[in-house]
Amino acid sequence: MITVDNLVKSFSSRAGSVRALNGVSLEVQAGSVCGVVGPSGAGKSTLARCIALLERPDSGAIRVDGTDLVSLDGSRLRAARRQIGVVPQGDSLLRQRTAAGNIALPLESAGVDGPVRRKRVGELLDLVGLTDKAASYPDQLSGGQRQRVAVARALAANPAVLLADEPTSALDPETTGSVLTVLDRARAELGVTVLVVTHDMAVVRRICDDVAVLEDGKVVEHGKVLDLVSDADSRTAATLLPGLDQGEGLIGTHDRVADVVLVGFAAVGALLPEASNRFGVELAVLGGGLTRLGETPVARFRVGINGERADSALEWISEAGAVVRRTPKGPQGVAA
Amino acid sequence: MISVATVFATLFGIPLGVLLHVSAPNGLRPLPVLHRILGVVADFGRSVPFIVLIVLLQQIVTRPLLSTSIGPTAAIVPLAIGAVPFLGRLVQSALREVDATVVEAAVTTGASRLRIVRSVLLGESAPALVSAVGVTAVTLVGFSAIAGVVGGGGLGDLAIRYGYQRYDDRIMWTTVIVIGLLAMLLQFLFDRVARLIDRRRHVTA
Ligand SMILES: Nc1ncnc2c1ncn2[C@@H]1O[C@H](COP(=O)(O)OP(=O)(O)OP(=O)(O)O)[C@@H](O)[C@H]1O
Ligand SMILES: [Mg+2]
Repeated sequence: MITVDNLVKSFSSRAGSVRALNGVSLEVQAGSVCGVVGPSGAGKSTLARCIALLERPDSGAIRVDGTDLVSLDGSRLRAARRQIGVVPQGDSLLRQRTAAGNIALPLESAGVDGPVRRKRVGELLDLVGLTDKAASYPDQLSGGQRQRVAVARALAANPAVLLADEPTSALDPETTGSVLTVLDRARAELGVTVLVVTHDMAVVRRICDDVAVLEDGKVVEHGKVLDLVSDADSRTAATLLPGLDQGEGLIGTHDRVADVVLVGFAAVGALLPEASNRFGVELAVLGGGLTRLGETPVARFRVGINGERADSALEWISEAGAVVRRTPKGPQGVAA
Repeated sequence: MISVATVFATLFGIPLGVLLHVSAPNGLRPLPVLHRILGVVADFGRSVPFIVLIVLLQQIVTRPLLSTSIGPTAAIVPLAIGAVPFLGRLVQSALREVDATVVEAAVTTGASRLRIVRSVLLGESAPALVSAVGVTAVTLVGFSAIAGVVGGGGLGDLAIRYGYQRYDDRIMWTTVIVIGLLAMLLQFLFDRVARLIDRRRHVTA
């Protein structure tokens, strides 16, 4: 749905020139939620602004639904913009208009008016759960409610794509949840493709199918979240999975030590106890834990195994669908 | 006299302010040459002392337009024209206060420039615009007193004729106080309206 191809964007100022995007390529499937993460200054907002057609890249292509948007102008540019709903970074609501009035703005731009517009605004207020706040002004709403109005506004003209830049950055964890629920509903009920820029891994954990890690204007990692967490070396795994740094003192007392990543219901519940029974080994969890990525439970454990058939047990766990990585040479390998 | 001049100044001052704002280098429609020209006109217009403006306009506008150059009606012309650049700059700075993120959000909805000007720039700064018109009206009270020189009538006329020319202190001070009260009343009314239409949370001290 969204294809970004080798995007380059530099900013020049008196202080010199900054290459904010240095050949960024990205692919977001229709109907999926893709997170863009990375350290401050990595170019996340610049990427989002390019796709939102607020910034013109120096080179490269941006295709939404197959149409290249980079070269558009005038009324065709405005028409393309209606295909892309944007929740900008920061407060972006009209403060002199009610929630309903804000949501109506894109419909006014599209020439939708009268009862049709009112009906659509009503539907959107319902979607974001703010029907009772229709007549409230932004200053009478909480941060999370304002952000939900901004999402509703971005969705008003029925865009194919929704871009959200740090939609939860100013919110506490609970309020963040309400905004993420709305983004998730937008995908589920309206079928929009969502690109969400965030520095908060909780956002990726909760709603993203895919993730792209940006660093210094380059994509250093891109793929399905569930695939990336299985790769012990990925940054996504490092930040999303439970930490392993507990219990290192115990490592030396085991014949084998391995890190095991388990994805999905069946695996997480039963695999380790069953391996223990089957091979008659003593299996201890040294570190790690359980988490949830979207609806999927995911676990990463550091396990210590004692027993003759320790290797066979690890093999079996691996064949049963878990990702197993042995910690080389027990304690020395970890301590180094 | 003041009300007609204020209406006229509003009619032209707001578009001038909008043009100044949108034609700026980082505006909605950067037009450097127009921006420069309007800027020069606005600043030049404001820097001409009002008394000079009266005399200047007598010859080139007032007489051809109204076939008279003295009296209350004639005074409206320099008052209105003098106030346009003044209000224009006030409007420009009011529009500058509208958050760039808010404007960008509207741009991403595919809104035309005209709609952005109307719904976003003017809509969001409405309270500030009312205040700006108020400040202009109050300033016009002062200017209108000067217009007394050309027989503009009104309080300024009175103050000059009786106070300055006939040394009648009582009338002069009375008119000064009345002018002051009028200015305060106008300011109060405009502030009131501005607050009334403002939907932002008020900081109450
Ligand atoms: N308009 C601009 N003019 C000059 N430099 C800019 C501009 N916008 C961004 N940059 C520079 O480009 C780089 C990337 O900025 P960007 O805002 O995309 O980062 P980011 O990943 O969104 O960071 P954050 O997480 O802090 O929002 C930074 O070095 C920034 O200074
Ligand atoms: Mg950013």
